[in-house]
Amino acid sequence: MNEMSNTEITDKKKRYAAGVLKYAQMGYWDGDYQPKDTDVLALFRITPQEGVDPIEAAAAVAGESSTATWTVVWTDRLTAADQYRAKAYRVEPVPGQEGQYFAYVAYDLILFEEGSIANVTASIIGNVFSFKPLKAARLEDMRFPVAYMKTFAGPPTGIVVERERLDKFGRPLLGATTKPKLGLSGKNYGRVVYEGLKGGLDFMKDDENINSQPFMHWRDRFLYCMEAVNKATAATGEIKGHYLNITAGTMEEMYRRGEFAKELGSCIVMVDLIVGWTAIQSISNWCRQNDMILHMHRAGHGTYTRQKSHGISFRVIAKWLRMAGVDHLHCGTAVGKLEGDPLTVQGYYNVCREIRNEVDLPRGIFFEQDWGDLKKVMPVASGGIHAGQMHQLIDLFGDDVVLQFGGGTIGHPMGIQAGATANRVALEAMVQARNEGVNIATDGPEILRRAAKWCKPLEAALETWGNITFNYTSTDTSDFVPTAAVS
Amino acid sequence: MRITQGCFSFLPDLDDAQITAQIEYILSKEWSVGIEFTDEPHPRNTYWEMWGNPMFDLKDAKGVMIELDDCRKAHGEKYIRINAFDNARGWETVMMSFIVNRPETEPSFRSWRQEVDGRSIRYTHELVG
Repeated sequence: MNEMSNTEITDKKKRYAAGVLKYAQMGYWDGDYQPKDTDVLALFRITPQEGVDPIEAAAAVAGESSTATWTVVWTDRLTAADQYRAKAYRVEPVPGQEGQYFAYVAYDLILFEEGSIANVTASIIGNVFSFKPLKAARLEDMRFPVAYMKTFAGPPTGIVVERERLDKFGRPLLGATTKPKLGLSGKNYGRVVYEGLKGGLDFMKDDENINSQPFMHWRDRFLYCMEAVNKATAATGEIKGHYLNITAGTMEEMYRRGEFAKELGSCIVMVDLIVGWTAIQSISNWCRQNDMILHMHRAGHGTYTRQKSHGISFRVIAKWLRMAGVDHLHCGTAVGKLEGDPLTVQGYYNVCREIRNEVDLPRGIFFEQDWGDLKKVMPVASGGIHAGQMHQLIDLFGDDVVLQFGGGTIGHPMGIQAGATANRVALEAMVQARNEGVNIATDGPEILRRAAKWCKPLEAALETWGNITFNYTSTDTSDFVPTAAVS
Repeated sequence: MRITQGCFSFLPDLDDAQITAQIEYILSKEWSVGIEFTDEPHPRNTYWEMWGNPMFDLKDAKGVMIELDDCRKAHGEKYIRINAFDNARGWETVMMSFIVNRPETEPSFRSWRQEVDGRSIRYTHELVG
């Protein structure tokens, strides 16, 4: 590696002569740079093309995500360009992944518009991911200064207020997605909602692709679901809810659907991640105005979060969503049917729930993050989980999570109500045992068997699904060198 | 009907040893226990009557059980719940809530439906019986 080639050219004449310089020479690499508390920090995992110096590649990422273009432009000299240039300040090989490097980049606060995730994303992921000298790039983590955090309103409701509003404390919430997700008429659909809620669930849910199709117009769905919610509330004396999916083709239509949900007295609405950042922030504002919990279904994220070499880690998406302002966020189950290494998934949960994240490499958290008292997001575990995994779920995720058992409720051999009851009994028995000091990670199955002795629906659930596991190797795991514990 | 508010309503009623164990858990978290009672368990009845203030600084679960006994003697035919309050920044709310006493015969709810614009219905729930 030629050291000189990575050094910023300080002679102004040489620096601004027309032509092409290396990004490092243009000033986008500074190995001595000490990030400021007010800087936005980003960590990229980059795979340079053969023969491309990793430092130059890192400088290129910094350049292309801030002020640079491929050639020198004299108009830089009209600006305080040295401050607007992002600086790659650390490059190191990714442990165990040949050809990949972690590149740390610092951005001055002035580069970002206040309160706009659209602006953050346009800057940080705008074009570097298509950059030819890189085979692949992945945004692994980001750190936002508190000053910038305070320009975001964050979740409209947050865990604390959601629990107070629902009058539910001291246990995970329970939900289920209505199945089949396509084809039911409004009236049939509401039946599933009522049965699940009456049986013991707190929430039922529309799936990501239920909008307003020929078999069920959205207004029909809303009307029947609210009949189900209210009837179940009366039957149990508990607050119940159904996430009405208001995702639509335009903002105007989303607002229209949101207004109808509000008129009908729904406590919660949902949108899909695919509506985009600006739509998310807009609907978040609407929810804050209307005392509405906002459920975010992370539809589509797997297209760019799953592969370790290229894309964006979900932990970054979770950070952006907490800032953009959602109340619920699907974060994975670790034990269910969908991708998720347990530690990596716990990292997402910590991003949602902690008031401060410390560096935690096994969980993929590379930066400290002070959330500036931004409200907490309730994570949601959904996808291929069942009552027989209750001890694992509570052990992994604690109380502040919505556990959603769709198939594990609706597919119960004794019916939907029984499926819901099985889940609720398993949940309460496990929380009770944990609080009594039982090690549920090891003794959980015994707790479930004991509860199944007096709860037939739980017995049937365990018989049906007790041995179902999804043991596949996770794709997205943390790469780090474990440090020996001081003993 | 069995009202299913609180975090243990789907389990058989907790006996005093089980309630004590939960209170010990609450105290181990440095949360404060409050006892509340009501004869109106409407889900939107947020403010049950307080059996005194939350017991700040209390270290022994026995103290709560004595208060609970007294509350039961005075209000045995009502709902009584244990609430746990956390004063930590970022929470400052109830962290746990469970029913420890129910009337022998529990009331039920009746839904009233008022048909309004279009096919919309306004719902309200009334406690009966």
